[in-house]
Amino acid sequence: MKVLVAVKRVIDYNVKVRVKPDNTGVDLTNVKMAMNPFCEIAVEEAVRLKEKGVVSEIVVVSIGPKVAQEQVRTSLALGADRGILIETDEEVQALDVAKLLKAVVEKEQPNLVILGKQSIDSDNNQTGQMLAALTGMPQGTFASEVAVDGDKVNVTREIDGGLVTVALNMPAVVTTDLRLNEPRYASLPNIMKAKKKPLEMTSPADLSVELKPSLTTLKVEEPATRQAGIKVADVAELIDKLKNEAKVI
Amino acid sequence: MSILVIADHENGSLKAATLNVVSAAKAIGGDVEVLVVGENCGSAAEAAAKVEGVSKVLVADNAAYGHQLAENLSLLVADLGKGYSHIVASAGTTGKDFLPRVAALLDVAQISDIVAVESADTFKRPIYAGNAIATVQSSDSIKVITVRTTAFDPVAAEGGSAAVETVDSAQDAGNSAFVSAEIAKSDRPELTSATIVVSGGRGMQNGENFKMLEGIADKLGAAMGASRAAVDAGFVPNDMQVGQTGKIVAPNLYIAVGISGAIQHLAGMSGSKVIVAINKDEEAPIFQVADYGLVADLFEAVPELDAAL
Ligand SMILES: Cc1cc2nc3c(=O)[nH]c(=O)nc-3n(C[C@H](O)[C@H](O)[C@H](O)COP(=O)(O)OP(=O)(O)OC[C@H]3O[C@@H](n4cnc5c(N)ncnc54)[C@H](O)[C@@H]3O)c2cc1C
Repeated sequence: MKVLVAVKRVIDYNVKVRVKPDNTGVDLTNVKMAMNPFCEIAVEEAVRLKEKGVVSEIVVVSIGPKVAQEQVRTSLALGADRGILIETDEEVQALDVAKLLKAVVEKEQPNLVILGKQSIDSDNNQTGQMLAALTGMPQGTFASEVAVDGDKVNVTREIDGGLVTVALNMPAVVTTDLRLNEPRYASLPNIMKAKKKPLEMTSPADLSVELKPSLTTLKVEEPATRQAGIKVADVAELIDKLKNEAKVI
Repeated sequence: MSILVIADHENGSLKAATLNVVSAAKAIGGDVEVLVVGENCGSAAEAAAKVEGVSKVLVADNAAYGHQLAENLSLLVADLGKGYSHIVASAGTTGKDFLPRVAALLDVAQISDIVAVESADTFKRPIYAGNAIATVQSSDSIKVITVRTTAFDPVAAEGGSAAVETVDSAQDAGNSAFVSAEIAKSDRPELTSATIVVSGGRGMQNGENFKMLEGIADKLGAAMGASRAAVDAGFVPNDMQVGQTGKIVAPNLYIAVGISGAIQHLAGMSGSKVIVAINKDEEAPIFQVADYGLVADLFEAVPELDAAL
């Protein structure tokens, strides 16, 4: 069984985000970039399925500028077998990402596609669902447990009310939530080995996908900031403030 | 312009989130129609017909929609949605699950988690865990939108008298099935719409200690929340997580106990009116957003607070 994992290069989650003074976006010059945390979880899940003997091949794909090869290589070091980078310097919006991934799915014919549920830059939470719709696949979003069972995959999903488990006919799409697993770190020998693994370069044009962004970002602003308040001396003062000043209890 | 709102409902009752979504739809302008899709959801449709500002209610009541499977819902909503200028749902886990499918089937973008309506095609939404707010304009013929409910004041649940129309449809994609659910039961108010929230973090040390917070929550009529660290450690279930990847809350009062205040946590609660932090580390970042900070050991402060309330 074959798994396709999609990974995205994003700002490292520890970096303090700064809005550009001209309000055109977020300042990414000289900022540390990394694999989106949810994508790391997706790669880890695929590797665990391979270690269990359920999966025989892991193909990892990313879309972005040439430097996104780093994130594909990292995935290879974590245990993926083969990489694909769809190279473009354009901004690729979620629907176009899904169309590009659909083209890869048609070529690779995976039984399972695993993606992160959202990327921590655009916070859209859309791509996996869009890919599933375009390919007619069922989806298990916000997964906290994935169990392959014959030609089905059972996915336990984190929902607002608790947990729900669905059974999906494969091929299927899974998007990862935080508690699916704890990703490992790549070891030095595996980082060396990853350099020799195949990494195919392709482009939207090669895949016959025309990028058609329909959303325009007019401006990006700082959120309204909260002022730090006061420190209270003890519980009695806290209750007094909540009752008589804030009037919230 | 006409807007299709997909209702949030559960066990036959309309959820409060629908009132916030209708409010966002009214801000867009135009006729607001509500679709109630599910199984045995007739009484939720009746309730939707009474909501202020709703001109029509469509109800698709069928076993195929019983477990809100995204594969089936999206086929129905993409079909019906073709006749509207906007399709809008709350950014809860159901909306996040099926609505991007609808957008893809209609070959349009989805605008996720809007917090303001600038005009019929321009919206504000948080990006980078709320560290930036983007204003985005859509050129699509149909705008597919999820709404951050805490950003819109609810419309009145009563006062309307819309007609209820039945949609005869059973769209079954046939490739997914419901297996089981573990739904947390609680007598407390729902986290995302509560006026007071009491949350605990890693500082609580274990699940047993959360009982201390329950006492306070009960006295205040509050909902209970948690940080990701507390959920990951297994102290409390996942449905309590507040933050970038958990629930977004904006109560009148948010009490954070033993929570450091990581940006991913702040993303979920910094819209609260009044924030109280109880933490033994006076350098904890939570104090930078707290209106009232108490530097104290929670194992002393929480029982004191409980006794004093
Ligand atoms: C992609 C991604 C998404 C994330 N999403 C979320 C999210 O949605 N929500 C979320 O919350 N986090 C999220 N996180 C995790 C986040 O970065 C933090 O790790 C987490 O919020 C920390 O939780 P905490 O404050 O409970 O724990 P800690 O940071 O460990 O803080 C514990 C606090 O308790 C205090 N404390 C300890 N003992 C006591 C005592 N006896 N009395 C008083 N105070 C005490 C300490 O001083 C400390 O400040 C995410 C992270 C990533 C990478």
